Amino acid sequence: MHRFANPTRFLRLAAAVLPFSAAVAALCLGAGVVWGLFFAPPDYQQGDTVRIMFIHVPAAMMAMGVYAGMAISSAIALIWRHAVADLIAKASAPIGATFCFICLVTGSLWGKPMWGTWWVWDARLTSMLIMLFIYLGYMALWQAFDDQTKAARAAAILALVGAINLPVIKFSVEWWNTLHQPASLITMSGPKIHESLLWPLLLMIVGFGAYYLTVLIYRVRAEIHMRRTRMLRLAQADRHAAMQAAE
Amino acid sequence: MSEFLSMGGYGFFIWTSWGVGAVLMIGLLIQSIAVARSAAREVQAIEQLSPRRRRRKADAE
Amino acid sequence: MRPKRQRLLIVITGLVFIGAAIGFALFALNEELDVFRSPSQVAEEGFPEGKRFRVGGLVEDGSVSSEGIVTTFRVTDGANSLTISYAKILPDLFREGQGVIALGTLNASGTFQAQEVLAKHDENYMPPEVADALKKSGHFKPEGGDS
Repeated sequence: MHRFANPTRFLRLAAAVLPFSAAVAALCLGAGVVWGLFFAPPDYQQGDTVRIMFIHVPAAMMAMGVYAGMAISSAIALIWRHAVADLIAKASAPIGATFCFICLVTGSLWGKPMWGTWWVWDARLTSMLIMLFIYLGYMALWQAFDDQTKAARAAAILALVGAINLPVIKFSVEWWNTLHQPASLITMSGPKIHESLLWPLLLMIVGFGAYYLTVLIYRVRAEIHMRRTRMLRLAQADRHAAMQAAE
Repeated sequence: MSEFLSMGGYGFFIWTSWGVGAVLMIGLLIQSIAVARSAAREVQAIEQLSPRRRRRKADAE
Repeated sequence: MRPKRQRLLIVITGLVFIGAAIGFALFALNEELDVFRSPSQVAEEGFPEGKRFRVGGLVEDGSVSSEGIVTTFRVTDGANSLTISYAKILPDLFREGQGVIALGTLNASGTFQAQEVLAKHDENYMPPEVADALKKSGHFKPEGGDS
């Protein structure tokens, strides 16, 4: 981990991983889309609306997984002052927020025909919406400070505090009476999804994960370069000031 | 074909979901690549302006 | 104490405090976070007449009847049941044995006048053929409520 606190070494690793993650993402998402739209059967109860599951569930899982990664990176950055970890957290946020938004929108589009409503303030939906707000607040914090070191610290603390929301989301359907049904995938008795629907779902989940990695690499690359640009500009400004003082 | 599009009457909900997902994910990917490219260009440009001492040090890392 | 260890302790302490605060707040709000009451809860706790709330349960077999646009049915949680009347179109998933959540008010005669009826579905997903096979073999209970 400390090896990759060196940005240049990290960039080299990222460049090596990128073609693989992009290929896995393209293959899995491509195959998953075709399978989910054309070959997967309708659900005995929900009919063709079950096809929304192939977007909604991976987006939901990634929204939470990315947040967990963000919280872990933030902890590493805070505790070890790891030079790249805070950039990984910063770069992850817009991706996680996008997944969270997709989860909420597709959830509404699924809920309207099946439940009969676009929205309800039950524990599951409310806690997911709160997560979106935390994502947005996190992104705003980075922008709120001129001093990026201060921004990093404030954002890291928010990410860690907000992590309490993760178990709340996961267990919301068990701890409270909710409209949203209990877990279908990760349960004590295994998945409650028939294999004809489960395999395309797993394919999409892997695809979403590889997509996250791919987009993350581009965004961390950008953050590393932007930080270096800032440093060089400051150094230039210092030199100019020194030259002027010497005249 | 029209049966496929209507998806048992739920077509609007299914296609809008997939549409929103696709647009947002493809858009995010494109934006991320664009930002990465422009950031790389910018840092390259500013490194050209730096004294050679600094550049050699950066290459050695 | 080394700075790194101190930072770690501050982070952990902060987390514990905030986690406790949020946990406490949620515990206090527990009532409101439940989206619906069960028929047993309504029977035990009662509810002020005319005040809107949600009740949830399974649609009792054989209890569904309609007169014009008004549908009447009973919801049960196994122990108690409640009669609900609803004057709008029911959701697609509505049927006997399905879970529902109704929003409305309890009137003087103990009937629940619903303004909104939502259908719940369970967490099981399978193609129709598999469901049929399970039903034939007697292993299947097509309920939509909480397990």
